[in-house]
Amino acid sequence: MFKNMYNWIDERLDITPMWRDIADHEVPEHVNPAHHFSAFVYCFGGLTFFITVIQILSGMFLTMYYVPDIINAYYSVDYLQHQVAFGAIVRGMHHWGASLVIVMMFLHTLRVFFTGSYKAPREMNWVVGMLIFFVMLGLGFTGYLLPWDNKAYYATKVGLEIAGSVPYLGEYIKELMNGGTIVGAQTLTRFFAIHVFFLPGALLALLAGHFFMIRKQGISGPL
Amino acid sequence: MAHKHDPNEKVVYVGDSRIRRHNNVNVPHDYSAYPGKSEAFIPNFLLKEWMVGVVVLVGFLVLVIAEPAPLGYPADPLNSSFIPMPDWYFLFLYQLLKYPYTSGDYLVLGVLGLSGLPFISLLLAPFLDTGKERRFYRRPIASSLMILSLVACTYLTWVSWHHYQEELRINEVTPEHIKRELEAEEAVKKGLPRPVPGKEKIPAMVASDDPTFTETMKEAQCISCHGAELQGGNAPALRGVGDRLNEEEIANVITNGREAMPAFKDQLSKEQIDQVAAWLAKQKAEGAE
Repeated sequence: MFKNMYNWIDERLDITPMWRDIADHEVPEHVNPAHHFSAFVYCFGGLTFFITVIQILSGMFLTMYYVPDIINAYYSVDYLQHQVAFGAIVRGMHHWGASLVIVMMFLHTLRVFFTGSYKAPREMNWVVGMLIFFVMLGLGFTGYLLPWDNKAYYATKVGLEIAGSVPYLGEYIKELMNGGTIVGAQTLTRFFAIHVFFLPGALLALLAGHFFMIRKQGISGPL
Repeated sequence: MAHKHDPNEKVVYVGDSRIRRHNNVNVPHDYSAYPGKSEAFIPNFLLKEWMVGVVVLVGFLVLVIAEPAPLGYPADPLNSSFIPMPDWYFLFLYQLLKYPYTSGDYLVLGVLGLSGLPFISLLLAPFLDTGKERRFYRRPIASSLMILSLVACTYLTWVSWHHYQEELRINEVTPEHIKRELEAEEAVKKGLPRPVPGKEKIPAMVASDDPTFTETMKEAQCISCHGAELQGGNAPALRGVGDRLNEEEIANVITNGREAMPAFKDQLSKEQIDQVAAWLAKQKAEGAE
């Protein structure tokens, strides 16, 4: 039955070539840990994506309870943590996942670097990967403020002071991110918008580029 | 558009769409055509990758359940004694910008030269390291620069964390999320509801016309931190303190200080301290009208 459904759709939209491009490809021996155990280093990219999916899903559930204003933000997180069924698990996954995604991405970057996989013809994919890295750090920085406890508040204050010390542009960057001159109500809503709309949007676009290029060029060959 | 197909036409479309009609069924490539022991991504390899993913997921969930995500006290912009702490993956940068040649007059060097430049060179690595060689031991410059940066980042992170721990120890500060957990545990043990910071009901003041409060404590500036009505401010509320500490413990805190609280043994006489402690010990929820 599924085959008939597939064929029915395929006849109208001709999806087989698309499907071939996305999923139907061979995995070479030198990246397959089943054949060479040391090839586990090639798993880090996939695991980064896996954790990223966890982050997106847990984050979607967190926004059901989170309120981005300075009076209620803390109490909505507290409520989520202690009153909502499985709230502590979902918030825990988002909290620890943020660290884990950095770890996995870091290991993936090191693998690509030390196997020289960024070399021609894959330069653009490396650059896109580094942009993903920066977006992830941005997500970590903006997400850290959202619980609005003292740790969040003062870390953001220090971070924005560092941004403010960039010559010429620093003050403008700082004011833009602050949404004014102090870390306050505007900063929180701004960071919330950046954390849940701007950066994830950029992240998905960059990931699409990253995956398009890896499928187009194939994984780098054995050393 | 014509809806009838000419049997001799070379390209046949589905209806009037731009999709070409074809009759070949979906036959995957024969993987034996590729060199080495390659295998299909779906489903063979993806299944193995999923098994690795599951192992990671289980470890991850164990961590999540064992260590709840921390939450301290609500942000207070007037709190001047809080020790700022970025998330761990920013610590190296935080520490780097504390050194004499990366801060103050040299901040531009620190921010642009020692932080911005390495990041930009990492971004542009493929255009800086253009050789054909891929093995890391045949690329001594690129590899040693990377290893050096890794060692530096590890060291800076460690130093930063070490400093933080030292600062906590010297100032006798417990990180707020831990302090809060302990408080909650204590309250639950006593059968009270879990306290939510800033939402506690502060009991009314007992014997508010006592000269101990209207004179001695005003002169000692207690209210500048604990609030004019002892409702709390930079320091905890003192209304209801009698439920938490007894008279002796209160006297000890006033005499020797605790955490951010200074010692008052030089400003108040022993009798005054005892008076204040006795009055504060009366501040209980049940005594309040």
